[in-house]
Amino acid sequence: MATTEKMTLNMGPQHPSTHGVLRLVLELDGEVITKITPDIGYLHRGVEKLSEHRTYHQVLPLTDRLDYLAPMSNNLGYILAVEKLLDIEVPERAQVIRIIMAEMTRLESHLVWLACHALDIGAMTVFIYAFREREVIMETYEQISGARMTSNFFRAGGLSMDVPPEFEKKVRTFVDEMPGYLDTYEGLLTTNPIWLKRTVGNGVISAEDAIDIGITGPALRGSGVDWDMRRDNSYSGYDTYQFQVPVGKNCDTFDRYKVRLVEMREACKIIRQALDRLKPGPVLADCPQVCYPPKENVYNSIEGLIHHFKIASEGYPVPEGEVYQGVEAPKGELGFYIVSDGSSKPYRMRIRPPSFVNLQAIEKMAKGAMIADLVAVIGTLDIVLGEIDR
Amino acid sequence: MGVDNPLGDNIITTSLDALVNWSRKSSIWPMTFGLACCAIEMMATGASHNDLDRFGIIFRASPRQSDCIIIAGTVTKKMLPVIKTVYEQMPEPKWVIAMGACACSGGVFDTYSVVQGIDEALPVDVYIPGCPPRPEALLFGLMKLQDKIMKEKNSFGSAIGLGNRITSAA
Repeated sequence: MATTEKMTLNMGPQHPSTHGVLRLVLELDGEVITKITPDIGYLHRGVEKLSEHRTYHQVLPLTDRLDYLAPMSNNLGYILAVEKLLDIEVPERAQVIRIIMAEMTRLESHLVWLACHALDIGAMTVFIYAFREREVIMETYEQISGARMTSNFFRAGGLSMDVPPEFEKKVRTFVDEMPGYLDTYEGLLTTNPIWLKRTVGNGVISAEDAIDIGITGPALRGSGVDWDMRRDNSYSGYDTYQFQVPVGKNCDTFDRYKVRLVEMREACKIIRQALDRLKPGPVLADCPQVCYPPKENVYNSIEGLIHHFKIASEGYPVPEGEVYQGVEAPKGELGFYIVSDGSSKPYRMRIRPPSFVNLQAIEKMAKGAMIADLVAVIGTLDIVLGEIDR
Repeated sequence: MGVDNPLGDNIITTSLDALVNWSRKSSIWPMTFGLACCAIEMMATGASHNDLDRFGIIFRASPRQSDCIIIAGTVTKKMLPVIKTVYEQMPEPKWVIAMGACACSGGVFDTYSVVQGIDEALPVDVYIPGCPPRPEALLFGLMKLQDKIMKEKNSFGSAIGLGNRITSAA
């Protein structure tokens, strides 16, 4: 009787299907995985520490670079936490635009997830299609904020500027076309026998395990837990929108795929409702201690210039206290915990990244599976290393 | 002008160096080596809208098959030895593109864990600024690399073991 020794295999940090610089140390019995140890920190940039040396305004660009597939969701989470500390009211128009952009971001993030997930499993065509649609979202980003990815668009009290007039038409055209594109992806994948073989029954995690680990977002809903921060712990006026929260049944990769696709359709619905509510009005709160003055004041009056200079150089003081704000980012619950000592810089900022927590499930999901199944599990978890390592 | 051209337009004359340079610049195969945000823009450049394939640029998953490495993202101190290993695994000739502010200079992340520019470890050929650079910027950087490759001297000689390649700035 021949015996085989266990083998240790390094997967990453340089590996075409590990989504960034994730390293997994695998213990293998033949091709069957017996143990998975994630080794993270290859993208640790020290964002939390860095933010202690930045004013609240200057921290915002750092949040863009956490989950770089969903920059506006990160902006939103951080800005809502700061606004909670400052206790300022955001104008209606700014709220609506925030929701539009948060949902556009969800579409973008899910498109990249779909592209990479399908590419990893071997369906290259979807990648090409999904990036075509992503380009439209990137154009919208650029139109309103000037940057394609690192938007840095939201401000405490509202938005950095109003959206251009053609924004509404562009977004409406896009969300009208998007369900058709989703049908295309579904046509390529949902009934594709190879896709089904690779995803059905793969990466199963029960609802209890998912809750124990603390998984959030589509990965949790794929396991049949009906929990969505937008509905159950509402913020930015999400409770006034009508949308469905899709849940899966079989707790596997295929169900998580279905959940995300339905979520994309629901995001289109939310954007459509929000566009109907878009009325002219201010996009920045009337709160001169915190908000920048309008540009014409800065250029035409000395008081405006001094006002701008004061906020830009010193920042704004934030009342003492601590606050936690979670938002439903595309990958799950993204939380910002900020401790303020009354100065214009955060005393401590802690980020609760959804990817970091979701990654903990990888051992439960892929133990006993083959290496090729692990690739599908990494894809279905939808992790971003910028957020895991911070 | 007095030159007999018995084969018509069916032949061209060139130097061996130019031929080698031309074939190298027309088939730059970069590594799929994404580190952070810039990697997403690198993917976007390779995808449908910008389509790197028309330049003969095809991403390869193995350093052994690549001749260009695009450092797309923040390089941390933990990641640096890995990048060096990957770079050393690539066969000559090889080129390095520093994509984005982090790879060029550390970018906004002036912290304890971030390498302040990949040029501390690798010989960079092209720097592309931006955070992240637009796909057009990456395309421009790659075209600059092509220009640089075309200016190389002794490409053929070095390939058959006679001396070294002589490179100059683009």
